[in-house]
Amino acid sequence: MGAFGGHDGRERRWTGLDRLESRNRPPRSLLVALALASITLITLDVSGEGASPLEPARRVVGEALGPAEAGVAAAVRPFTTVPAWFRSKGDLADQVRDLEASNAELRGQVELAGFDRNRLEQYDGLTTAAEDLGSALVPARVVALGSRQSQSFTVTIDAGSEAGIGPDMTVVNNDGLVGRVLRVTRSTATVLLVIDPDSTVGGRVGSSMEIGFVTGSGSLRQESGLDLRLVDDASVPSRDDTVVTWGSTTGPYAPGVPIGTITEVYSSLREASQRAVVKPFVDFSALDVVGVMVPSGMQSDRAVIEADGSLR
Amino acid sequence: MTGLRWVIATAAVVVALVVQVSLFPHVAWHGVVPNLCLLVVVAAALTVEAPFALLLGFAAGLTLDLAPPADHVAGRWALALTIAAFLAARVRQDQKPSALAVVGTVAASSFVATSLFALSGVLLQDPAMSVAGLLQVVLVAVVWDVLLTPFVLPPLMKLFTRLSPQWATT
Repeated sequence: MGAFGGHDGRERRWTGLDRLESRNRPPRSLLVALALASITLITLDVSGEGASPLEPARRVVGEALGPAEAGVAAAVRPFTTVPAWFRSKGDLADQVRDLEASNAELRGQVELAGFDRNRLEQYDGLTTAAEDLGSALVPARVVALGSRQSQSFTVTIDAGSEAGIGPDMTVVNNDGLVGRVLRVTRSTATVLLVIDPDSTVGGRVGSSMEIGFVTGSGSLRQESGLDLRLVDDASVPSRDDTVVTWGSTTGPYAPGVPIGTITEVYSSLREASQRAVVKPFVDFSALDVVGVMVPSGMQSDRAVIEADGSLR
Repeated sequence: MTGLRWVIATAAVVVALVVQVSLFPHVAWHGVVPNLCLLVVVAAALTVEAPFALLLGFAAGLTLDLAPPADHVAGRWALALTIAAFLAARVRQDQKPSALAVVGTVAASSFVATSLFALSGVLLQDPAMSVAGLLQVVLVAVVWDVLLTPFVLPPLMKLFTRLSPQWATT
């Protein structure tokens, strides 16, 4: 009986090992099925260029997760200021020096005002053009940033269709152009930043009024900036010139929004064209409060800043 | 039990995603953040049976593809995380994996998943990026994921083990 028992035990052990074996080996068929499902999704999304069949799914997920993202961002916000409490006297002295330097620079610019009058007039013209558009700003905060692993430079803001925001609206902050709205849910909107490699903005050089295209470089560092290519190959952009959007009232980018200053100019002999590096005015690694340009008089769930600066 | 496990796993993925996009950008290195969704998937692959882990990998990837700040072609993270879950499930032995094995699995899965995502981007020309830049992003992502492993993996693995008692005995 004992021998039988031992045999039984071995038998059990073997079946046990068998089970382990099958458990350790994940099912290949399921892997293939799921991989094919992923590839089907990719194909669907790529082929339906204009109106992707996955757009409704994105919207549903956005409606569900948007409020959660806004909530976590609001909970985290008080803690993001903590590093500022631990600034040393040395830091503050450095800051004072930097501010004095920029103050001196600004004073120099004021003294050169007469020299720059022509340029200023053009800026003024552009500014009034923006005011004439009668656009208003809906304030919003950035609640989520796309990760670098995902390779796209997009953020979520906590204002959506209920705040009067729709796709292709221009997003700015107090420094300059941030990007444009890609899609909205009821309470959130996804914004494509101008530094995204897929983003192209129509730009105009402030002093010469030449037009060109500003493309993102795919980096958060402010120095690596944006690329500007002028339509007219013959014209050479000059350094320290300001680039603003030329856009239209119907297109995604409103005209006259400052983008950045030209820091480097390269000329390519082979392509016979000029390429300039534009340093954006906006610091994209520290985005917080932004404004979405909406038509004046838009119904919104929050206070709207009108073109003349009044709150409504 | 399976129903409850799905609910808990989905909740873990949602929490991971929201923390990943809303909290970690404040401490990100050049925009690279730890991929918490991947850590949830690896924890499941190391503890519960493989089909569940594969399906969870697909679901977590799809959520990453569709949740608000994402604008890439949908299905890319789903593919990457499914394959990462498959590899992590293969690594598992019949007993509880050692700490070193867990860290190694996380590093390998993170490398494979981020690289697969980047490669699919190169194939689809979703955003045109340089290979050197991609490699840097992949390596930093691996470091981030390994750094967070001691804090995220043990509680998640304990949770998944408790939810599937048939594996807890071995």
